[in-house]
Amino acid sequence: MAHYHTYILTCGGTGCRASHSPQIVAALQQAVDDAGLSDEVKVIRTGCFGFCEQGPIVKVVPDNTFYVSVKPEDASEIVREHIVMGRKVERLLYISPETGKHVPDSRHMEFYKPQMRIALRNCGFIDPENIEEYIARDGYAALGKVLRMKPEDVIREIMASGLRGRGGGGFPTGLKWKITREVQADCKYVVCNADEGDPGAFMDRSILEGDPHSIVEAMAINGYCTGASKGLVYIRAEYPLAVHRLQVAIAQAREYGMLGDDIMGTGFSFDIEIRYGAGAFVCGEETALIHSMEGRRGEPTVKPPYPSECGYKGAPTNVNNVETFANIPPIILRGAEWFASIGTEKSKGTKVFALAGKVNNVGLIEVPMGTTLREVIFDIGGGIKNGKRFKAVQTGGPSGGCLTEKHLDTPIDYDNLLASGSMMGSGGMIVMDEDDCMVSVAKFYLEFTVEESCGKCTPCRIGNRRLLEILERITAGHGTEDDLKELKNLAAVIKDTSLCALGQTAPNPVLSTMENFWDEYVAHVRDKSCPAHRCRDLMSYYIDPKICKGCSLCSRVCPANAISGVLKQPYSIDQTACIKCGTCMDKCKFGAIGVR
Amino acid sequence: MEKICMPPKRIEEIRAICREHGNDAGELINILHAVQNKLGYLPREVQELIAMELGIPVSKVYGVVTFYSFFTMTPKGKYPVSVCMGTACYVRGGEKVLEEFKRQLGIDVGGTTPDGLFSLDSLRCVGACGLAPVVMVGQKVFGRLAPADVKGIIDEFVALERGA
Ligand SMILES: Cc1cc2nc3c(=O)[nH]c(=O)nc-3n(C[C@H](O)[C@H](O)[C@H](O)COP(=O)(O)O)c2cc1C
Ligand code: SF4
Ligand code: SF4
Ligand code: FES
Repeated sequence: MAHYHTYILTCGGTGCRASHSPQIVAALQQAVDDAGLSDEVKVIRTGCFGFCEQGPIVKVVPDNTFYVSVKPEDASEIVREHIVMGRKVERLLYISPETGKHVPDSRHMEFYKPQMRIALRNCGFIDPENIEEYIARDGYAALGKVLRMKPEDVIREIMASGLRGRGGGGFPTGLKWKITREVQADCKYVVCNADEGDPGAFMDRSILEGDPHSIVEAMAINGYCTGASKGLVYIRAEYPLAVHRLQVAIAQAREYGMLGDDIMGTGFSFDIEIRYGAGAFVCGEETALIHSMEGRRGEPTVKPPYPSECGYKGAPTNVNNVETFANIPPIILRGAEWFASIGTEKSKGTKVFALAGKVNNVGLIEVPMGTTLREVIFDIGGGIKNGKRFKAVQTGGPSGGCLTEKHLDTPIDYDNLLASGSMMGSGGMIVMDEDDCMVSVAKFYLEFTVEESCGKCTPCRIGNRRLLEILERITAGHGTEDDLKELKNLAAVIKDTSLCALGQTAPNPVLSTMENFWDEYVAHVRDKSCPAHRCRDLMSYYIDPKICKGCSLCSRVCPANAISGVLKQPYSIDQTACIKCGTCMDKCKFGAIGVR
Repeated sequence: MEKICMPPKRIEEIRAICREHGNDAGELINILHAVQNKLGYLPREVQELIAMELGIPVSKVYGVVTFYSFFTMTPKGKYPVSVCMGTACYVRGGEKVLEEFKRQLGIDVGGTTPDGLFSLDSLRCVGACGLAPVVMVGQKVFGRLAPADVKGIIDEFVALERGA
């Protein structure tokens, strides 16, 4: 029997897999075997550690050594030096940008210190494809406890915890369970919404990849409480790794008697099936999702009736988001009071965010509700990349808005974000710097919603397209001041008259950028200039002949062959050939290339 | 929908997939996933066959195929290029990378090169935002790209093809 004293954990999330983490795991295992340590040292492939910026991550436990940007070639050195000789491999340690020193213990990293991991409690700690590791960390204990309680009492506990839906709406979870329970029906369903439509967000995927059993367990708990014996996970087919891990988890849970008939000898039966989404954002909306699961086009219908009353195949259906489910087992085990002690008055617990864009530490984070945007962006996120100036942060995805400098000290919760003109959404958080054009950002989101509108109702189908056309005109330099008025009027009509929340919220990115960056809109229409130099038609690159040394580097890197000149004399750009990619400006060593 | 011209073997494959799903119209999306997995795309005659097997109008199958962006009616290139246009990649310059692919390959999004080697698509967040901007060619992920890297990536696959 093996007695492991050391564990080597390697991230097996989508991001790190793209940078060869499977090869690292194999190389580490090989090195451990070669050193004859396979009975003492265990190599584990885990889910996401969250610190994606410097992946792939390798962590050694118990001393919490945190190696970053590891390559397969580094594996043998880690085993030889660290494991065998007891010397940390310094060149792979994380370096604190503040002190410039190595940080050997991950608990001392600025990135992790302000975080609190409830939904992500197991991501980066266990092998997601091994049910025993989940069980060793109290997995399925919550299900065991619940099956000895009355369903009403469990629901009361969830209600008392103050948990609200993490899929965007923020509906009280306990109340939804209570409503589903109270509808009389022979057949009910539990649905896990893993459609994660926000482009630029990967929270739910990471939970499914890193801790799929927590979702299986929570769905079974929900089934027991609401009286459903069948669960369905609606997941994007574009998430092959999450699908695979979930399939493995379901099979293992059946094998261990956590799913199937007569679970733990209590007479309660429950099983889970997977349904695949096929790339339609609107299918994240619960009524559309249900139509899609029934094999139809995913078009939303008017609520009420809510799915809790009449959902999949007409039966009462409890729909919850992945992250919402991931919070359930800890609430059962540690109690409603504990959970309710975290967060703000009306938003309890924590929230997972996919922090990305122009921050130093892109990654997956989880913070208590009430944490400020400043803490998230500047402490955890490590500030703005390349020393640039912070401009805005976008939350709530295509339904949300942009927040600015003046919102940085607002505590994050459902109500504050809404009051500031954005929303919590599912947890995408994109940081933007001085180089981002806010009109273009609004256009980007609108392109997305126009593409994703299901087309069922006119305000959304035609109205949002009209909004987009106006924005296209403005960014091309043909906008007028009347266009700005038209944007506002049209946006108000669309918000009032669209059928589902996709259409109702689609104008939000436009309205919030107009509210916070009015000057930028005006510059585009009045001066025909893009202050951030992002709109192609309103900018040009030029070489300053006084600074240019004639080194020819720019002409060699230009993908369009737009730069010509004679060595040691100033070069110049042919504006008709230039595709405005900016490569030359990035590459010039003398700062001779500018943009105007 | 009188005659369906496909090799008998293919017809049987598709029928088998429908049967595995109980010829149930409620399973249409799962069936389409399975068939596209096998064939790479869902041309008209395949949709007609599926409609016949499930006893539903072709218009319904067509409605579902066109609704969901994951389903495609045209075959992809041998090396399908997918440029991430999720928000994180967008703010880090994904659009410029996409433009450069369009220029180098001489095709638009949704197109395939005449030699059938490359097709070009955009997708929304592949979950590697730390590597933004990201491009996938088949299963291979390329991260932290600049427009100047595009030619090298294409050349890599052209070379692979010549070697093959
Ligand atoms: C256009 C649109 C897209 C949505 N996308 C998602 C999604 O990707 N994931 C999700 O969990 N909820 C999404 N929702 C919210 C769902 O309709 C629903 O409120 C949620 O799944 C309920 O679970 P919760 O209470 O646990 O949050 C979306 C809603 C709309 C209107
Ligand atoms: S608002 Fe848009 S997405 Fe929603 S039902 Fe109407 S057309 Fe479809
Ligand atoms: S911006 Fe790009 S295309 Fe234009 S000159 Fe510079 S490198 Fe060439
Ligand atoms: S937005 Fe491109 S990988 Fe996430």
